[in-house]
Amino acid sequence: MRAFTFASARTVEDALDALADGGPGPKRFIAGGTNLIDLMKEDVARPAALVDINRVGLDEIRPTEAGGLLLGALARNAATARHPEVRRRYPLVSAAILAGASPQIRNMATNGGNLLQRTRCHYFYDVGTPCNKREPGEGCSAIEGLARQHAILGASEHCIATHPSDLCVALAALGAVVHVRSAAGQRLIPFEQFHRLPGDEPQRDTTLGEDELITAIELPPSDGYAAHSTYLKVRERASYAFALVSVAAALDLDEDGAVRGARLALGGVAHKPWRVPEAEEALVGARPTPAAFEAAAETALAGAQSRGDNAFKIPLAHRAVVRALGMALDGVPANTGLLGLPFFAGEPFEGTPLDRMDTEEQP
Amino acid sequence: MTDLIADLETPTAPAGTGTVRLGQPVSRVDGVAKVTGRARYAAEHPAADLVHGVVVNSTIAKGRIISLDTRKAREVPGVLAVLTHENRPRTRSLGLAFKDLTAPAGSPFKPLHDDRIRYSGQPVALVLAETFEAARAASRLVRVRYDERPHDTNLMANLRKAHRPRPLKFGYKPPPSEKGDARAAYGAAEVKIDAVYTAGVEHHNPMEMFASTVILGEDGHLTIYDKNQSSINCRSYVSRVFGLKKSQVTVRNPYVGGAFGSGLRPQYQLPLAVMGTLHLGRSVRVVMTRQQMFTFGHRPETWQRVRLAADRDGTLRSIEHVAIAETSRMEDYTEVVVNWSGKLYACDNIRLGYRLVDLDQYTPIDMRAPGAAHGVHALEVAMDELAVELDMDPLELRLRNYTESSPTEGLPYSSKELRACYTRGAERFGWADRPPHPRSMRDGHELVGWGMATGIWDAAQFYGRATAVLHADGRLVVSSAASDIGTGTYTVMTQIAAATMGLPLEDVVFQLGDSNLPLASVEGGSSHVATIGSAVEGACVELRQKLLRIAGRLPGSPFEHLTLDQVEFTDGSLRVAGSPERSMRLVDLLAAADEQRLEASHTLVSNMFRKRKWALGTHSAVFCEVKVDEDLGTARVTRVVSAIAAGRIMNLKTATSQISGGVVWGISQALHEETHSDHRLGRFMNHNLSEYHVPVNADISNIEVLFVAEDDRVASRLGAKGVGEIGIVGVSAAVCNAVHHATGRRVRSTPMTPDKIMRPW
Repeated sequence: MRAFTFASARTVEDALDALADGGPGPKRFIAGGTNLIDLMKEDVARPAALVDINRVGLDEIRPTEAGGLLLGALARNAATARHPEVRRRYPLVSAAILAGASPQIRNMATNGGNLLQRTRCHYFYDVGTPCNKREPGEGCSAIEGLARQHAILGASEHCIATHPSDLCVALAALGAVVHVRSAAGQRLIPFEQFHRLPGDEPQRDTTLGEDELITAIELPPSDGYAAHSTYLKVRERASYAFALVSVAAALDLDEDGAVRGARLALGGVAHKPWRVPEAEEALVGARPTPAAFEAAAETALAGAQSRGDNAFKIPLAHRAVVRALGMALDGVPANTGLLGLPFFAGEPFEGTPLDRMDTEEQP
Repeated sequence: MTDLIADLETPTAPAGTGTVRLGQPVSRVDGVAKVTGRARYAAEHPAADLVHGVVVNSTIAKGRIISLDTRKAREVPGVLAVLTHENRPRTRSLGLAFKDLTAPAGSPFKPLHDDRIRYSGQPVALVLAETFEAARAASRLVRVRYDERPHDTNLMANLRKAHRPRPLKFGYKPPPSEKGDARAAYGAAEVKIDAVYTAGVEHHNPMEMFASTVILGEDGHLTIYDKNQSSINCRSYVSRVFGLKKSQVTVRNPYVGGAFGSGLRPQYQLPLAVMGTLHLGRSVRVVMTRQQMFTFGHRPETWQRVRLAADRDGTLRSIEHVAIAETSRMEDYTEVVVNWSGKLYACDNIRLGYRLVDLDQYTPIDMRAPGAAHGVHALEVAMDELAVELDMDPLELRLRNYTESSPTEGLPYSSKELRACYTRGAERFGWADRPPHPRSMRDGHELVGWGMATGIWDAAQFYGRATAVLHADGRLVVSSAASDIGTGTYTVMTQIAAATMGLPLEDVVFQLGDSNLPLASVEGGSSHVATIGSAVEGACVELRQKLLRIAGRLPGSPFEHLTLDQVEFTDGSLRVAGSPERSMRLVDLLAAADEQRLEASHTLVSNMFRKRKWALGTHSAVFCEVKVDEDLGTARVTRVVSAIAAGRIMNLKTATSQISGGVVWGISQALHEETHSDHRLGRFMNHNLSEYHVPVNADISNIEVLFVAEDDRVASRLGAKGVGEIGIVGVSAAVCNAVHHATGRRVRSTPMTPDKIMRPW
C-alpha cells in the first residue's frame, strides 16, 4: 500500500467535487472497501486519492414509480438481502447476495461496490506476474497458465478473467438499470451494458466513466418471477469461495403452467455476468420440461471454449443451468444459504438476531 | 535455579478450580487470556523505539540478482535502511551455522546471503522504517533486475529424476528393507490392486503470521519474541548464524497462534529481524504477510503407487508402496510416507520405496502428520479398492489382516487397541447398516456414501528437562522451555503437576516459551506430552521425595522412615496413606523446615533399551458419511466418527479438540486444500486465504471423537502417547472411500475438487 490522500464527502455533490479536485494521479471512491483495500495492500490498485462516500446517503431501498424497486448504491449487501421488499419481490437478489462472500464482508460491502469488484484471477492479484488487466500490454499469464477459474465465454486473446460477483448475475437476469451521476448529470446504464467483455482493453471492466458515481440500482417490476427463481452457485466450499459456475434462473408461469417468461444468466463463466436472451426466448411458450431446460442450456453455452484446466466448466455450466431451471420450477430459491431455511419463506427477521446482522449459513 | 521469569506470561487456572485428576476435561488455563486478547503473540510485544521491517520477495524462481535499486525506497520519509545481500550484517558463511535442530540433510537456505535466487518468493531485501506503513510503501519501490535462468518446479514431469534421499533428519527413518519377495507374491496372487495416487502441495497457514520482535537491551542482549515450535532451536540458530554467545540471545514464544510444523525450523523473518537490529542498533519487528506465508516450507506434492495382492478370502499376500516427493535443490527434505504400509497389516511380503526429486523451490517442511497424512491415504484407499475387488466389507478386510506386531519391524506393539477402535467406531457410526454396493443410497439430488479407513502414527518421545519449585506460599512453579502451539501444553502440564502434587490447579504455574528455561525438545511429532509431561511428572515425584524427607526429619514426625508409596499428596497436604488425620499441609511443612523454596528437577531421556523390544504407535479408525451431487461435483462430509487409541489421555477436552481439529484438516485435505503452482513461472499462485481453500464452518458437520482405553508405560511413564497428529491420519482416505461408495467412482488425486468428482462428460 502506498501513500494516498483521503477526503470524506457528506453529499453526492461533495463527492463528485472531491474527485475532481483531488490533485494528480488516479482517484477512487471508497465505500465498503472490501475489495479496494485488498487491492491496495497488494499494490494492484494504487490510487493517489480516496474519497470516502460512506456518509453521502444513497442507502435507501424504495419502490419506484414504475413499480420496481430502487436499491441505493450505498445500501449494504446484508441489509439489501434481508430487506422485506427485496425478499418478497426479488428473492433472486437476496439469494445471490447471500451466496457471496462471508457475513462480515456482506455487512460492509455496498451494492454499488459489488458492481465494481475486480476479478479474482491469481495473476491479476500478484504483481510479480504479467497481467494485461493490471498492466496493459504485459501479456496474460492465465491463458497458458492456471485457468481453472477462467472464462469459457466471451474471452479474448488478452484476458480470460471472470467477473466474480454473485449479485450481478441476478441483476443481469432481472434486467436491472444502473443509475450513475457525474458533474454532467445523471445517466442510466442498462445492466447488460454496464460490464464489458475484455476485448483488447481488459483493463476496463465496466463502461462507467472515471468521473461517475453509481447512485442506485433499479430493479424493474418482475413480480411474475418471484415465486420461481433460483440462484444456484457451484463452488469449492460451502461459503466464502467464488463461483466455479453460478446460475440465476427465473420462470414466469401462466395458469396452465407453461412458461410466460424466462430469465437466465450465468456467473463465473465470462468477464461479465452472462445473460443469454436467446435461451430465455426459447423457453417462452414451452412447457417447463427437462428437455426444454436441456435445450436452454445448450443455447446458453453456445460457443463456449475451454482452456485446459477449465474444460470441466462447460459441462458443469450446462448441468447447473438445467438444475437451476428445475429448482426455479419447484420454487427452491437457492442451493446454499439462509434461503434454504424455513423462516425465509415468510416469517420476518424482525426481532431475531438476523434483523441486526447477517449471520453465517448452515447447510 | 528456575523461578518465575518476571515478564514472561504465566496463564493460571481461575481461583476455585481446585484439585484435578489426570484425564479430566480441564478447560484451558490460557483460554481467557486468548479470547480477551491479553495473550500476546510474536508481533504484539511492545518495544521502545521500534523499527518496522517489510520483506521484498523475488519474482523469479532461479537466477541471479544483477542489480537492486533501493534509492526510491530509501527516499520514502521514515525509511532508515534497505538491507540486501550487499549490505547486510555479517553472518557466518558456513552452511553448518544455518543448520537448525530439525534441518534435513543438505545446506540450508541462507537469507540475503548472496545474489543467487533459488526459488520464487525468496526474500531479497528488508526495508526498515520508523513506521510499518512507510516500510510497506517503500518495499514496493525496490527495483530488482534479474539474470533469469531456466527453472523446474514440476514434480510430475520429473519423476524419472527421483533419487534416494540422504536420510539424516531428526525423527526420520528410511523405509525398511524388503520383507519376503513382494513382487513374486504379487505375481502369484489371485486378487490384485495396482493404483497411482497423487496429492497436491499444501501450506500450513496457521492463523498467526510468522513474526519476530527483536528487542535490543541496554547491554546489547537480544530478547526475541518469535513464532516457532522451539525457543531453544531458534536461540541456537540466531547465536550460530550471527556468531553471538548464547547468553546474548533469549528467544521467547509464550503464545503461538498455530504452527502445524511450520515453526519446527526458524523462518526467514527471524534472521532478517536480527539483521535489522544489528544494522541499526535498534529494536526491530518483521511480520510476514499472508502472501509471504506461502514463501517458505510446504507439505510436498507426492506421487505414490500402491500394489496390493491378496487371496480370495482377503488375506494379504503382498504390499508394495513407493512414493516420490519433491524437495529443494538445497536440502533433502524427508518424511515417513511409506513405512506405515509395513506396520499396519499382517503380511509376509512387503516392499517399500521412497524417492525425492530436486526442484527449484524452497525446502518442504513437516506439516501435521508429515508423510502419514498422504502416505496412509494411499494405503487406505488401496485397501478400499481391494475390498471392492474382493466384494468384501472394507472393515472386515482390515480385521482379516489385523496384526498385534509390526511386520517390517518384527516386534510386538507395546499396546495397540485398534481392534477396539474398529468395534466402537463402527458401532457408533452404525456401520453394520452399510449397504455393500456403491450407489445404494440417495438423498434428493445427492448420492450418499459411507467410507472408513485406518490411521497410524508414532508414539514419539524425545528428551526434555523440567524443574518444579514449591514456594513457601504454597505456589508451585514448574518450568521447561516447551512450546504451546495452541495444543494445550500450558493446561496439560499444569494439570500433570497439580495432579501429581495434589495441589489445586490454580496454585500451579507452568512456564514455557523461553530459551533460558530448562532444555526441551521441539514441539513436534505428537511428542510433547510424552516427553515434557514425563519430565514434569518426574520433577514432581522428585519434589515429593524431597518433601517427604524433610517431613520425616521434623521432630515427632508421623512420616519418619515412610517411603513415597506409604504417603499421599492430596488437597495441598502430605498425609500417611489411609490415615487422613496424620497429615501436614505442604506450606506448614516448608515453614517448619524454614525453607522459602524447595526445588526438584527431572531430565527425561527416552529409554531406548526398553523401547527397542517393542513397536510403538497410535492408531485410529475413521468412519464417515459423504453426500455427493454428481452432476455438479460437490461433496460434503455430513458425519465423522473418529475412534482413537493413543495411550492414556491426559485431558479429555484438549485431546478431543486435537482430534476434531485433525478431522477438519483431513476433510480439507480430501476436498479443499491445495496450493497451485504455475510451473512456467515456478511460483505458487493462490497465495491467500480467499483462493487457498480450507473448510469454513458450513463445510463441517458432526464430528464425534471416541478414545479407547490404552495405558502404555513403554511409550511414557505417564502411559500417554500423544494425540497431535493421529487425528488427521486416515480421514482423507475415509472421505475418498465414501465418495466411491456414493458414486462408484474412484478419485485417486487429492483434493477431490468438483472437477474430479463430477460425473464424466
